[in-house]
Amino acid sequence: MSQATKVEKDTVPQVGAGTVEETSVPAAPDIRVVGDTYRTVGDYTSANPVVRARNVDVFYGDNHAIQNVSLDIGKNQVISLIGPSGCGKSTFIRCLNRMNDTIDIARVHGEILLDGEDIHARRMDVVMLRARVGMVFQKPNPFPKSVYDNVAYGPRIHGLARNRQELDRIVRSSLERAGLWTEVKDRLDEPGTGLSGGQQQRLCIARTIAVGPEVILMDEPCSALDPIATAHIEDLIDELKKNFAIVIVTHSMQQAARVSQRTAYFHLGRLIEVGDTDQIFTNPQHELTEDYITGRFG
Amino acid sequence: MPSSTVLVALLGMTVVAYVLGRRRSVRAASNTGLTCHSLPGYYGSYVAIWCALPALLLYCLWQLAEPGFIRTQVLATMSAATLELPEAELGLVYNDIRNLVEGNIVSGEPSDEILAAASRYMSLQRISNLGLMLAVLIIGLTTLGWAFRRVEPGLRARNKVERSMELLLMAASTVAIFTTIGIFLSVLFEALRFFQQVSPLEFLFGLSWSPQTAIRPDQVGSSGAFGAVPLFAGTLLISGIAMLVAVPVGLMSAIYLSEYANPQVRSFAKPMLEVLAGIPTVVYGYFAALTVGPLLRQFGEGLGLSVSSESALGAGLVMGIMIIPFVSSLSDDVINAVPQDLRDGSYGLGATQSETIRQVILPAALPGIVGGILLAASRAIGETMIVVMAAGLAANLTANPLEAVTTVTVQIVTLLIGDQEFDSAKTLAAFALGLLLFVTTLILNIIALRVVRRYREQYE
Repeated sequence: MSQATKVEKDTVPQVGAGTVEETSVPAAPDIRVVGDTYRTVGDYTSANPVVRARNVDVFYGDNHAIQNVSLDIGKNQVISLIGPSGCGKSTFIRCLNRMNDTIDIARVHGEILLDGEDIHARRMDVVMLRARVGMVFQKPNPFPKSVYDNVAYGPRIHGLARNRQELDRIVRSSLERAGLWTEVKDRLDEPGTGLSGGQQQRLCIARTIAVGPEVILMDEPCSALDPIATAHIEDLIDELKKNFAIVIVTHSMQQAARVSQRTAYFHLGRLIEVGDTDQIFTNPQHELTEDYITGRFG
Repeated sequence: MPSSTVLVALLGMTVVAYVLGRRRSVRAASNTGLTCHSLPGYYGSYVAIWCALPALLLYCLWQLAEPGFIRTQVLATMSAATLELPEAELGLVYNDIRNLVEGNIVSGEPSDEILAAASRYMSLQRISNLGLMLAVLIIGLTTLGWAFRRVEPGLRARNKVERSMELLLMAASTVAIFTTIGIFLSVLFEALRFFQQVSPLEFLFGLSWSPQTAIRPDQVGSSGAFGAVPLFAGTLLISGIAMLVAVPVGLMSAIYLSEYANPQVRSFAKPMLEVLAGIPTVVYGYFAALTVGPLLRQFGEGLGLSVSSESALGAGLVMGIMIIPFVSSLSDDVINAVPQDLRDGSYGLGATQSETIRQVILPAALPGIVGGILLAASRAIGETMIVVMAAGLAANLTANPLEAVTTVTVQIVTLLIGDQEFDSAKTLAAFALGLLLFVTTLILNIIALRVVRRYREQYE
């Protein structure tokens, strides 16, 4: 057992998401995922799915970043994606709103359905798709505009408000739902970049909510924040799941345990195991999952 | 022996000083068993700097003081009659002496007095050279020895070398400042002489420019009109046309290159665009005068407009093309520097590429873009050659771009290549114009810097 862990420790860091190293796992017997026929442990389907991803493969040039991943995102639910760096968590969520389109060398295969519609279909407009599947990034990235204009950006480009009053209402309710309204209501004209890190991240969440998406993708939203700001965001996520389906990528297992109802464990581009968060953290079925959540590597 | 051989000797000493200092630190470390504070190279540099700098300073001071010293010594021996000559004529006599020494052509047959002075000049120069050589070598060796003896493991050589690097860099940065001040003062004093003859009010607000003054007192000629307004109007007109061409074209090509073009296109197109900046302005001048001017004239005739063959439009268009690279290249760099995060954030909200560029990238890149535009504007205002060749010399006060106008820089050129004496109002007017131009661009720069800083404060 300890022998096996050691080998994995050596193997994992070589496969960063950015590096174009070969991801095709050398058939090391220690990692019990060999070939393309690996089947995810646990139930990857959901009773009430918004997004259904089936057999998704992603290539960055020659790098096979994600291999044969199938996963459902359930309505009004938080699903957290965990796994060591470079295992394909971010790559996977970037497939769901086709952000990988902005990377020239990325190719995505497989079927991804949003409310039963294929997001790669010809009639699917990527602009509309991203309005329905919003995204919050690792580093808070408010635009160089006022707080108000940051939130109003999405509604403006999608023409969601007919007049100034409607826009004001959208901005206010989005900021309220992001738990930021009381802090910024007197500073709406100040630049969004002047807020603190945690406020900036909540501003980015407000900006995403303002468009009225069905799904919110969060790519390590708290990794640049201090514990207090993190607690704020986690409370917010709990609140937001009443209205949205949320996918959160995180490196903090406590965070995954606190905020999510389902958890998916990725390893070297494969979805190893998925299940209810309680079950994953108390009774993981796959040995790799167990090794990871018990802190033996990663 | 030229005094510059001293410098070669000093260089040799410096190298030796480096080697000695380095070796001594290594020896000291092994002898005492202590670890040196700094790496051996720093001790070498420390001794080398001490050897070279004071000697070099002495050399510079000596070279500055030498001509004045020799002059007073030579003139002191001359006859009272010579010394009573007015300052300017005394200067000519002294020039003769120096020419005689250096074997140049001398005015007339040299008198005995001048020959004697010349030989005294030569001996003084020889003594001075020798003295300089000795002084530099002695100082260099003394400071070398002093610094060498100070080398020991506890000496903080690295900190001292760092400090001298800082001083060196500081000296380099002050060169630009002092040069600016020097240029400003030299222009200012000549301009003041001009304002003794022509009132500043007339110069600043006069609407007519005709700098023809009588060459001889008895000559019947124009007394000249020195109103600078038509010149500045012409400058603004031509620069304005140039900016109207350069800003949109340059900005849009920058956006294309940084946001849309693939790497192959970019690696080809960007250097090609920058070639525009490398074309000599005289060549642009030909292009404006021989190609664009006649073309505009024909085109205007087709429309029933009268276009003068030397028009502000032609010069402005070509100047605009010339400054495109200033706008595009700098803008391209700052647009590239906008973080990918911001682009992702905008795309993630469902914005299209052009929405992202207009509403996120351009505002974020604005300070840099404004900087590029300003650089281009100051090039346009200061540009001379294209305007000389393509816009004419007539100082018309007009806003019509189809007529010939002239600019401040063009007038400066024509004033200074005239055949009038240097202290006539006509010649001195060139300096007043230069001063006004200098102040104008300075004010423009200050305003622009303020604007840029305001944006920075808002968005960073």
